[in-house]
Parts: sequence; C-alpha cells; structure tokens
Amino acid sequence: MKKSVKTLNRRDFIRVTALAGGGLVLGFNALLSCSTQADEGKVINLNAFIKIDTDGQVIIMNPNPEIGQGVKTSLPMLVAEELDVDWTDVKVEQAGLDTQQYTRQIAGGSGSIRESWDSFRLAGATARAMLIRAAAAKWAVSEEVCGTEKGAVINTQNGKHIPYGELVVSAASLEVPTDVTVKSPESFKLIGKRVANIDNQAIVTGQHKYGIDTKREGMHYATIIRAPAFGQVLQSMDDRDTKNADGITQVIQFDNKIAIIGRSTWEVFQAAKKVKAEWKDEGVLEDTTGYQEKLKLALSKSPTADAKRKDGNVKQALSGASQLVELSFDAPFLAHNTMEPMNFFAHVQQDRAELHGPIQTPERTRTRIAALLGLPEEKISIMMTRMGGGFGRRLMSDFVEEAALVSKLAGGIPVNVIWSRESDITGGFYRPMYSYRYRAGVDGQRKLVAWHHRSVGVGAAAASADSFPAGAVPHFQVDTEVYETPIPTAPWRAPTHNFIAFSEQSFIDEIAHKTKQDPVAFRLELLEQAKANPVGKVSYNPDRFAIVIKKAAEVSGWGKSKGDSVFQGFAAHFSFETYVAEVAELVKQEDGKLKLKKIYCVADCGTVVNLSGAETQLEGGIIDGIGHAMYAELTLTKGKADQTNFNNYRMIRMSEAPEVEIHFIQNGEKPTGLGEPGLPPAAPALANAVYAATGIRLTSQPFIKSGLFA
Amino acid sequence: MATFSIEVNDEKHEVNVDPQMPLLWVIRDVVGLTGTKYGCGIAQCGACTVHVGNTAVRSCMFPVQSVGEEKITTIEGLSKEGDHPVQEAWKEIDVPQCGYCQSGQIMAAVALLREHPDPSDEEIERTMTNICRCGTYNRIKKAIKQASTRV
Ligand code: FES
Ligand code: FES
Repeated sequence: MKKSVKTLNRRDFIRVTALAGGGLVLGFNALLSCSTQADEGKVINLNAFIKIDTDGQVIIMNPNPEIGQGVKTSLPMLVAEELDVDWTDVKVEQAGLDTQQYTRQIAGGSGSIRESWDSFRLAGATARAMLIRAAAAKWAVSEEVCGTEKGAVINTQNGKHIPYGELVVSAASLEVPTDVTVKSPESFKLIGKRVANIDNQAIVTGQHKYGIDTKREGMHYATIIRAPAFGQVLQSMDDRDTKNADGITQVIQFDNKIAIIGRSTWEVFQAAKKVKAEWKDEGVLEDTTGYQEKLKLALSKSPTADAKRKDGNVKQALSGASQLVELSFDAPFLAHNTMEPMNFFAHVQQDRAELHGPIQTPERTRTRIAALLGLPEEKISIMMTRMGGGFGRRLMSDFVEEAALVSKLAGGIPVNVIWSRESDITGGFYRPMYSYRYRAGVDGQRKLVAWHHRSVGVGAAAASADSFPAGAVPHFQVDTEVYETPIPTAPWRAPTHNFIAFSEQSFIDEIAHKTKQDPVAFRLELLEQAKANPVGKVSYNPDRFAIVIKKAAEVSGWGKSKGDSVFQGFAAHFSFETYVAEVAELVKQEDGKLKLKKIYCVADCGTVVNLSGAETQLEGGIIDGIGHAMYAELTLTKGKADQTNFNNYRMIRMSEAPEVEIHFIQNGEKPTGLGEPGLPPAAPALANAVYAATGIRLTSQPFIKSGLFA
Repeated sequence: MATFSIEVNDEKHEVNVDPQMPLLWVIRDVVGLTGTKYGCGIAQCGACTVHVGNTAVRSCMFPVQSVGEEKITTIEGLSKEGDHPVQEAWKEIDVPQCGYCQSGQIMAAVALLREHPDPSDEEIERTMTNICRCGTYNRIKKAIKQASTRV
C-alpha cells in the first residue's frame, strides 16, 4: 500500500485513486492545511479531517453519511488514533458534501471502514508529524526526540510538553510531509476498544437533529400525493377543499404527483387525504401473485442471458450424478421502512440551491439535482443529516429531487417535504422479488460434483457469480435474468446477499441432510476442496472462511445435545469482504410450536475498529434479518401495495428478538465493514434449525406463514 | 381552531390549533421540540412516545384537546443534563444505532420503570413494544435492567 505521495505542492490537487486491490482513496488536497485561516482564525484546519483551536480543542470531521452504521464514531477514531489525542477530548463534526476535500462520501456496500482504513489514519499521522515538527522547531531539537501523548508533543529527553493548541498555528504553516508512516497495530490505543456512539448524548436527550427535524425561518412543510397504484396517471384533481383547509398555502401538480404545502406536517398530511384526484390506469396494473407465476414460467425456460458463471459441464455432471438434490426458493418484495420516513429540506433559488437531509449518496444526488434544476454543481450545497436508517432506500435520490422541485415550483420557498409512513411503504423502491431454483449432483462418495443456480429477479438480477460454494465444485453454473417491471426496486440491506445467503445456505443444508453428512463438516470439506483444487475464481479465502465456521460450531456447541426440545441450524456467508457464520438455536414448545431463542455469531472482519459498534452492527443485522425473514412482505394487488403501515406490515419487536452472542476472529487483517454482513446468514440459520426440528424445509418468506412458529 | 394552554417540560405554551391535531405535531411543529419523533402516525411504532402526566402515550394519536390539565414531558424534559438513570444506562450500554427510535424507547422505558421498578424480562418485553428497525432490542433490554438498579 502506498502511504505517501512524492511530490506534493501546497496548492496542488492530487487525488490518489484506488490502487490495484487497495483502497487508498483520499483526495490528497485533503491533507493540505489552510494557512490563511491560520493567520486569521482561532480554529485552525490542519487538514480536511482535523481542526484544532488554539485552546487545544480537537475537532475531527466525519465526511461520510451516518445512517446508524456508526461511521461518525469509527472513522474519526482512525484519525484520533494516529493524531494521538484522548478520545474524550475529541469533538466530531459532520462534513457536508465537499468533493474538493473528500472522496467517497457515501454510505453503502459496508465500505466506509474498508476504504478509509489507510487514508484516514494517514490524515491523522500527517497532522501529528506537522505538530511534532512545529514543536521541534520551537525547542530547537531534532524531531527524533519528540513524541506525542494525549494531544501534546513531548520532548522525550526532558519530559517537557506542549499541547497541540499551542502548536497548531505554526504547524499549519509547514509543508505537508510526504514520508509519514502510520502506527503498527501493537501500539493502537483506541482502535479495537469499546467506544460509544459519539452522538449518544444528543440522541438520548432528543437534541440531535435528523432531516425531518429541519426548521428554518419561513420554512413550509409539504407532502406529496402519489398515484395509488403503480401504473396509474393523474387525470384531474379537485383541490378546492384542500386549498381552503386550515394551514394550507399551496397545492401544486407536477410529474404525476400533487404537492400539498402548508405550515405544519399534520395539516399537510390531513389535507392530502382530502384532495379528490382522478387516476387512470395505464397499461396493466401488476399483481405480486402474477409475478410469482411469471417468474416460475421464466425459470422453466432456458435462460435468456449468458451464464454468469460456468465451470465444467453442469448438464453432463448432473445427468451422471448418483444422487440429485433440488430446491426452489421465493423472495417477496420488501419495503425499507427506515424509522425516519423519507424527507428532505430544499431551498431552491434563482442561482443556487440548498439541500439538507438524509441521503446516502450526496455526490450522485448533487449531479442529478444540477441536471434537474439547470444549475452548476458548485451552486448546490448538500448537507447530510444523521439518518434514521438508510438500508439502501437513501441510496436513491427521488425524494431529494422531489423536494427540490417542490421548492422551485412553489416560488423558491424553503420547504421540508415529509412523507407519511403510508407513502413511505406504498411509494416503491422495494427489495426485488426473486425466484431461485437449485439443482445439485452428488457422486458415489457423497461429493458435491455439480451445482446449478437458476434465478430470475423482478427488477434486478438475483444471483452472484462467485458466492460459495463456487470454487469448490467442479461443475458449477449460475444462470440469472431480470424480469422487467414498472415497480421501482432498489438495493436493500446486503443487496442480493440478503436472499442469496438464505437460499444457498438452505440448499447446502439440504444436500448435507440428503446425503447424510453433518452440515458443518460438509461445508468444511467444500472449503478444503476450494483450497486444494480451486475451480475457476475463488473470491473468498477458504482458510478464513473455515476458521469462522469452526469457531461458530465450537461456541454454539454444535453437534452436542442440548436436550430433546432444542434444535440448531447452521449458516455461513461471505459478503462485503467479511466472513460470518451463525448458528440459530430454537426450542420446540410442548404444543409443538417453535420459538427462536438465540443466534451465535462469529465474524471475521479483520481488525475490529470499534468493538461496541462492531457488535451492535452484527446484532442489529441479525435481528433485522430474522425480523424480515419471519414477518415481512410487500404484496401488490392491481399495482397497489396491500401493506400501508406497521399495522399490516409486520416488523420484529423486542419479544421476538433472539438473544445474540458474538465472537470476532482476531487476525490483524485489514478491517472490513459490518453494516450488512451480519444479516444474510441469519435467515438460513433459522430455516435450517426449523428443518432440524421438523423436517420441514422453509423455502419462502415470511416464515410466519408456515404456521410452525409460536 | 381553538386555543389550548399546555405545559410541556414545565413551560407553558398557548397553542392555537385544530383540537384534533395530535399532540405529536403540536409538540414538533407548533412548540418546536423535535426530540419526539414521527414513525407511523397510527400508534404502532412508539417513536412519538411522551408522558402525559405519568403515563406514556403515543402522541401521534393523542389529540391535543385530550391533554386537559395534565403536564407533558418529552425527551427534552426528562432531565436537565441528560443524566436520568435511563439516559445514563442508554449511553453506558451504547444502545443507539441510527438513534431515531430511541427517544420513544427511552420515554417508554422510564414509564415502565415507574410501574415496575425491578421488571422481569417478561414485563420488559410485554411493555416495550416500540419498533426499532436497527435491531437494538437486546441492548434496550440490558439498559433497562441496568437503569432499574438506580431509579
Ligand atoms: S408515530 Fe406514534 S406510534 Fe408511531
Ligand atoms: S436505533 Fe435505529 S430505529 Fe432504533
């Protein structure tokens, strides 16, 4: 990994793009300090990540959007570690979109920690080096004798120290060093510790401002009426009653939608219910039951696209196999249901626009808004608020575009456009529906010799080419295709993985049972294969995968009897560069009903940055994964969502959440993300436990429909 | 429209609103305290939980005209320094992920502990029906137990 840039001039804009296999994506002008500020201000920017005021207050910037994944704590921890400041003395500030200073200001793909590990530490180390240089100059000693501790430079020969606050002005005027190295892991003081969410105090006192809390002088509230069904167009509307309703200032028709603008959220919500709009069906209004049939039909035909992966000759191997195993799986649409419904503040004026709210993809959104409004990008500011969840919904920018349009069409007013929960659930961007079919062939020695995955997804492709056991099976083929739909779909926490893992891990369990092998031993043997005789591309490290699986078996007491009524199921999945194995433990009650009690989880995410954050991400991902697999689905009748709010779209509650026990594999590897990887193995672990308890194989979600659960 | 005199966190407010306007929106958009959150509007998620008198209510379905003489406490008024034992436990156990549901969770937990100072798991699960999409339930349970030793 390249740690420095050789020729670096103060005002140069040098961007180090991702190196092969690596992730150094720091805009290097981010390391430059701003001397003009050093002359004028009390708060000095040492670089884009670090501000220190002359009284010694250290402020670390978090450039990435915070959606509950914890980056506003963990990313600044990387900087603080290298800067050598006490975490309790650090303040963290959220940066807005600033593509001059930062790269990759995005929340997605569990990538923030993975992509920032080198660059953010380098930012801290570089600032520290400049502070040392400033102190050495002041003392007229060599930099070699200087160290740092708790926000001060120490002269190791005489024990004298100068706090950073007294050095920051002179440090900021120095050339940015280019030969800085970062700490070795043995000397980490902060990384790996249990650090609480930096915003806890503000959250538990109700002071933290989410997008929905945005208020400005002269601000209006707005909400949008959308077509009741996908595929309908607005014919006419009668807004006489609405316009005259208390608190309503404007009603605007645009883009097949109607915006209601007024002085309070409730008043616009109420008024929206009173608008009499005529909608006309255009084309066929689709049903989810219809989709299921269409997907089945698509699966019965030969694939319309080339295979996504093809090792050996699956067809031949299947026909020559001594035993065949087959299973089909179906996934429903899912809504995102972030607890904070979609919303955005916009103030669009003649020559500029201010946008403020919850968005996972500010950079891409700004480009869209610029095109939409015909404004240059530099005239558009975007501030990312802490989000009441993202889960992929806020990768989309539809709600930002709407807010910008409403502000503009309403005469350039400042407006906060807030979706009702009903709009949020029925307004689209669902996790795609999928239909999968698996066929496997096993030889006379109970060895898996052929694997065929055939799938179709509504709105998005449903398969990944390299998912385990790819690489471990001599004849392996993945065929997938998309069924186009007018229903908007979107990534949803652990996209594709969220259902791939369920089906694949259930199918592996099925093969193991049908061939009378222990599901854990069977997986380990496959990993041996992938190591000894890899077939095609192997995207995972078989050793790391095996260690996680073995550890999960060990901590869960896999294979040991826990009494007649306790049953376990195993699943392991590699996603976003993180290895996770989970064991679900359920109890069969006296009435025969099942109750999930516990999930054991072992993760290899390389170096753990924030132990508390890491655990909570896994625990949350598991409970989220169980909740959706157990209870959630979004169905459509004639293009209209049947579920409209939490009374008919069931979310998991506390009494249904399993206990979770988490273990990490400590191997000193580069850290990877955890926002998503905990979720995929949860559902198959549970389904496999259900199989162990009942012999019934769950192949569709939500599981609650099986009638097996208490 | 009608004028109501309500007391939120020991402060009196005269609000001129539709008598049907739910307390949630009076608190958020009229009084201007945004710690109380909107999640569903149909008393399902608990994000809007406040105390009316000593009772936890889901303010999104509680018309302002029903408040009467009762004092209202929101998350902002739970303690001056944010150091109510429940808030302290929330920080120590590091409960919040996105944090959006947490003011409602905390208000529900405070009311629970008022009723059951030493709640069993069952009592906690029966009472704490607020939704958290981030899945912080286990830490919430742990924090309630920790707080119960101090309230
Ligand atoms: S907003 Fe009141 S219960 Fe959901
Ligand atoms: S912490 Fe995010 S919804 Fe509960």
